[in-house]
Amino acid sequence: MHQSSHRNFRFTLWAGIAIAALLAGCQTTQTTDKAPVEERTPSTGATTPGAGTAGTTGSAVTGTAAGTLGNPLRDPRNVLSKRSVYFDYDSYAVKDEYKPLIEAHAKYLQTTRTARMTIQGNADERGSREYNIALGQRRADTVKRMMLLYGATDTQIETVSFGKEKPKNSGHDEAAWTENRRDDVVYAGE
Amino acid sequence: MIRPPRFFAALVWIAALALALASTAPRAQLTIEIIGGGGTTVPIAIVPFAGEANYPYPLTGIVGADLARSGLFKLIDPAGVNPRPARADDVRFGEWTARGADAVVVGSVTPQADGRVEVRFFLLDAVKQTQLAGFSYVVAPSQFRPTAHKIADIIYEKLTGDAGVFSTRIAYIAKQGPRYELLVAEADGYNAQVIVTSNEPLLSPVWSPDGMRIAYVSLENKKPIIYVQSLATGQRQVLANFRGSNSAPAWAPDGSRLAVTLSRDGGSQLYLINADGSGVQRLMSSAAIDTEANFAPDGKSILFTSDRGGSPQIYRLTLGNGAVERMTFDGSYNVSPRHLPDGKGFVFVRRDGGRFNVAIEDFATRQVQVLTQGTIDESPSVAPNGKLILYASANGGRGILAAVSSDGRVKQRLTAAASDVREPAWGPLPK
Repeated sequence: MHQSSHRNFRFTLWAGIAIAALLAGCQTTQTTDKAPVEERTPSTGATTPGAGTAGTTGSAVTGTAAGTLGNPLRDPRNVLSKRSVYFDYDSYAVKDEYKPLIEAHAKYLQTTRTARMTIQGNADERGSREYNIALGQRRADTVKRMMLLYGATDTQIETVSFGKEKPKNSGHDEAAWTENRRDDVVYAGE
Repeated sequence: MIRPPRFFAALVWIAALALALASTAPRAQLTIEIIGGGGTTVPIAIVPFAGEANYPYPLTGIVGADLARSGLFKLIDPAGVNPRPARADDVRFGEWTARGADAVVVGSVTPQADGRVEVRFFLLDAVKQTQLAGFSYVVAPSQFRPTAHKIADIIYEKLTGDAGVFSTRIAYIAKQGPRYELLVAEADGYNAQVIVTSNEPLLSPVWSPDGMRIAYVSLENKKPIIYVQSLATGQRQVLANFRGSNSAPAWAPDGSRLAVTLSRDGGSQLYLINADGSGVQRLMSSAAIDTEANFAPDGKSILFTSDRGGSPQIYRLTLGNGAVERMTFDGSYNVSPRHLPDGKGFVFVRRDGGRFNVAIEDFATRQVQVLTQGTIDESPSVAPNGKLILYASANGGRGILAAVSSDGRVKQRLTAAASDVREPAWGPLPK
């Protein structure tokens, strides 16, 4: 616990500002979102589990090869196995490429009334922890609202947010941030 | 003149708390160093108290370290003065002014028949040759640390005019691998005690105004839930666990209620809730994000973050009439407002380019001063005297805590070995 004074304080300050300016410059050159693109399988009718059947197992799934295990939520060839929606920085707008995925899950909820899901919103590491909780919440709420339009009911979907607290990618670069600005769909019991 | 031990009750309380928590081994203890200073410092000589060497705690060493860490004092070496003065009458002022000291502290530690110890000290103005303060305390030797902090508080207040905060405590979150801990430590980083341990993230700790409880957010149940935990008993209760996310707790100044952010009715919106979790009441309705509430010291208004204008900015809600006024205009990201204790302004985090820094704004002039120069500075928490702001920062990829004076001159860095530390919360002045 010693005391020292920094004569170079002013210099460090200006150096810091210069670096910040450089960083700011870099940021404007960042490419737009390169999030993994989910498959664009037309999803309406892709799943036809019997209405009113309990649980999420054993339902018949159209469009899958014979011999596939019965759970459409787990079948890698079924759009329902896709669970993540990615967002741009500071944005909660859902990109068109994710609409088939959202619609497929909504239809699944519509036809499987006992199914319950949680949409978990996430944010990248930049900015206030609490504001990022709210931003992740809005990302989750946005996807939920779309699912309601596609036929799911309010009681089937809870939206929560992890903010920037549970990053999927622990890196500190654009690639990590891109991966962490995300909604995950998790069904009850999973 | 020696005044009665008016702070005795506070000392007993702190000691009781220390004992109650002593069963937990300290981890993630903070080390504080001054990394930048400036402006005027008061040269002060602290003479080791007569008899203090008989005890394991270096009483005057703690007092000196407290004062030096504030960045406002320069310690003058008392070595070579013989005999060492122990009472005000013993001080030969010329000896001290010759060494450049403007103030001198002398004192004594005297054992009592019941095993306790009388600690006496005198603060003297060496230039004016007058006594500024004189106190005596009768304490158990185990109370030396809180006694030293209290003496440092008195010296600080007499010489700067502001309340000292050396007797306060701080809370913070440490992350060690997959493990999250909420810790409470003395303001100098010592005696860190683990209050909560979790394998899921913990965030947003805030002290109740009486310093008896801490509210915080935990993700242990796969969603943000707000808890309130008693420091004396360790018992905790759910404050808010509604459908959706429950976060951003902020105590009202009277401790009866908190403002929280809930998404139970859609969107992140502000609510008031009683401290026992009852009586939820919506504060406002907006189509935007409203979060990060912080009460004004008089309880009549709330600062909060909202993106109702298109980007996150700070707004003020007047509770009496529901009026909302935008408080920040410069920049596209201004968040995390916290009032200054005098109610004259607030600190917040602003993004400038790609950097996040702590800034301070004055209500009357709307002047903004950026106080920090890090890359990711966040979660500011103001000391109860308004003079220092504790915040989270990063150093070499690791989370650290840092502090800056409200004029930007004094800078401290607080690091904990082998762990990421974040989410600091400065506790209130002991009552």
